[in-house]
Amino acid sequence: MIAIVDYGAGNISSVRKALEHLGADARVTSDPLVVGAALKIIMPGVGHFSRCQSLNEHLRAPVLDAIKSGKPFLGICVGMQWLFAGSTEAPETPGAALFPGECSRFPASVKSPHVGWNQIEVRAGSRLLDGVPSGAFVYYTHSFRAPVIDETTACTNYGGAFSAAVERDNVFGVQFHPEKSAGAGLKILENFCAF
Amino acid sequence: MPSERLAKRIIACLDVDAGRVVKGVQFQHLRDAGDPAELALAHASAGADEIVLLDITATAEGRKTLVETVRRAAKDLFVPFTVGGGIRTLEDAAKVFAAGADKVSINSAAVANPGLIGEIAGRFGSQAVIVAIDARRRTEQADTAEVFVSGGRTATGRKALEWAREAEERGAGEILLTSMDRDGTGAGFDCELTSAVSASVSIPVIASGGAGNAQHFVEVFSVGRADAALAASIFHFGTQAVADLKQTLLRAGIPMRWPC
Repeated sequence: MIAIVDYGAGNISSVRKALEHLGADARVTSDPLVVGAALKIIMPGVGHFSRCQSLNEHLRAPVLDAIKSGKPFLGICVGMQWLFAGSTEAPETPGAALFPGECSRFPASVKSPHVGWNQIEVRAGSRLLDGVPSGAFVYYTHSFRAPVIDETTACTNYGGAFSAAVERDNVFGVQFHPEKSAGAGLKILENFCAF
Repeated sequence: MPSERLAKRIIACLDVDAGRVVKGVQFQHLRDAGDPAELALAHASAGADEIVLLDITATAEGRKTLVETVRRAAKDLFVPFTVGGGIRTLEDAAKVFAAGADKVSINSAAVANPGLIGEIAGRFGSQAVIVAIDARRRTEQADTAEVFVSGGRTATGRKALEWAREAEERGAGEILLTSMDRDGTGAGFDCELTSAVSASVSIPVIASGGAGNAQHFVEVFSVGRADAALAASIFHFGTQAVADLKQTLLRAGIPMRWPC
């Protein structure tokens, strides 16, 4: 069973719908016991980084325990940003700090939020993005973004390069919305389901 | 590194009355050309970057079908999906989100109760709230355009540019701007009005009303500075229409999601 963690950060029915379409057994939950029992975890999320506060209060330990035990984890949008140390959007709300660096707002030189389809440049060897070509278009909607780090497996250029996807061992994150990115997005979710 | 160019979006709009798409549609290979679920999928497969379902049902009885229509249309749709028409409260919005919509478009209800924008944005995020503005020019000047509500029947006395700015401040994630002067004419988008609204807000502006040919899209993305363009009837001539349109736009140097 894949647990889709519901921590009050927006509408997550589309993630569940995409997993159902792929034939996966997915359950939307905010119950730490269900998270603990899941074989894989997806943490979606849109909106303000401060929403991660409720996640930190109730679900931080079970989610981090699951990650530590080697269960595949996928953070989407704010769910990926949470994997970093934090975000200037809500400095008082810590992230999981599994990846180094802090998320920050787009520079004033580009229109923000970044809404729509943009291209990713995929680094060779990504397991999550296996079968997704460089130059593929994915759907974004966000105002803050994560820096490019060693674990970055894809980046997008908008007001400079940012991390479109990160991965290390069993921990994966994507800033874009695979559940809204047509064929490329479904391929990514399919890869995750197959881990 | 890919070039720094966010693709401009082509949005297909389905006008739905009591659960049926009402404009003349000539998609091939469809069992039922008036079914919103089939048409939404057909448009997405044909290359539309986003789908908008606009409920224009006049009767309360007919409206009851909306949530079920949304659920069926959303089921296998994996591009952004917006639902508008008759969403008056946070509860109305919550129902269509639960049925699978990614965004709601609010129009008259937002003008009557501007706090609704922040209520929906607060719960579902700004990215999930599109404020739709139906505008008609009062004089030759684009900045005189006035906001109309109730399907264009009622003037509000409000200026479109000011309302767009207020909507952004209140938490709207995008503006869907329909030119009533151009809507249904096929004479092209109101690029001057679109450009004026686009310059007055920092959120994306979706242009609507007047699309008649591919050149009109080139103009609204260049001169009109639109981030997305929405049309209904232009896509109803067959499944090749969106791909052909995108090819024309790419040749004109407009960034598009391709292949799609």
